[in-house]
Amino acid sequence: MIDISEYFVVAFILIGAFFGVVTAIGLIRLPDLYTRTHAASKSATLGVMSVLIGALLFFFTEEGMFNSRIVLGIFFVLITAPVGGHLIARAAYNTGVKLAPESIQDDLAKKEQFEAKKKKNSSRD
Amino acid sequence: MAFQVLLNFFLAFLWMFLTGSFSISSFIIGYLLGLLVIYVLRRFFQTRIYILRVWAILKLTLLFTYELIKANIEVLAIVLRPKMDLKPGIFKYDTKLEHGWEVTLLSLLITLTPGTLVVDVSDDNGTLYIHALNAADIKSNISSIREGFEKAIMEVSR
Repeated sequence: MIDISEYFVVAFILIGAFFGVVTAIGLIRLPDLYTRTHAASKSATLGVMSVLIGALLFFFTEEGMFNSRIVLGIFFVLITAPVGGHLIARAAYNTGVKLAPESIQDDLAKKEQFEAKKKKNSSRD
Repeated sequence: MAFQVLLNFFLAFLWMFLTGSFSISSFIIGYLLGLLVIYVLRRFFQTRIYILRVWAILKLTLLFTYELIKANIEVLAIVLRPKMDLKPGIFKYDTKLEHGWEVTLLSLLITLTPGTLVVDVSDDNGTLYIHALNAADIKSNISSIREGFEKAIMEVSR
């Protein structure tokens, strides 16, 4: 029984580490800040979560200790990582960081127009 | 919803006092009986029975886990491909959700789904500005995925 659980632990931790490496490669290879934030906010979340799940399983099967703080850690990472990515992207856009040259559309540049149009429509009703 | 849960707890404690045994098992029996009572009396409540909402939250969680894994495999494929041909872009998306927490939850889900990242939310919470890794070909089926998310969130808050 212990052997099977050991395979799971190893699989989870290796997958987590692999996603961490993919995040790092993505941070180097992707062209601009926004696409890098994609890699950082998604792969890092799943990578850290898998490593934590592996640690939880390891201590549960080897020591018989259920560590509830790891569960809380998984939950907090899951909630805070995308918010962090969003805030970084938003702050970058508002301070004028340009999109990569291969970008094909940018609706946020027209935000003022959309807002003004919406206001006009709502005042007409 | 909170009122129904509270009422169910109250009925469970009532059952414990009626039987005179204070244990977890008698609490669970009382809770299930109280759920039955609430189900029978469901037409006297303003909102629908709360167990449906719990079920909707569970379904949303499962959908979320599935999308998270899919998103990661997609990022993996993009990052490790030898020649990247990305067509990133920011597009706008009008949401029908009204409450602040619903929009927050939707943007959290969008950020963790394949190839999308919320960059800005308009002042009236009606429009999300989303950065997509592949704005050209994915836009249509991304919107269908998000219809799935938005529908699932509406199912929870209905």
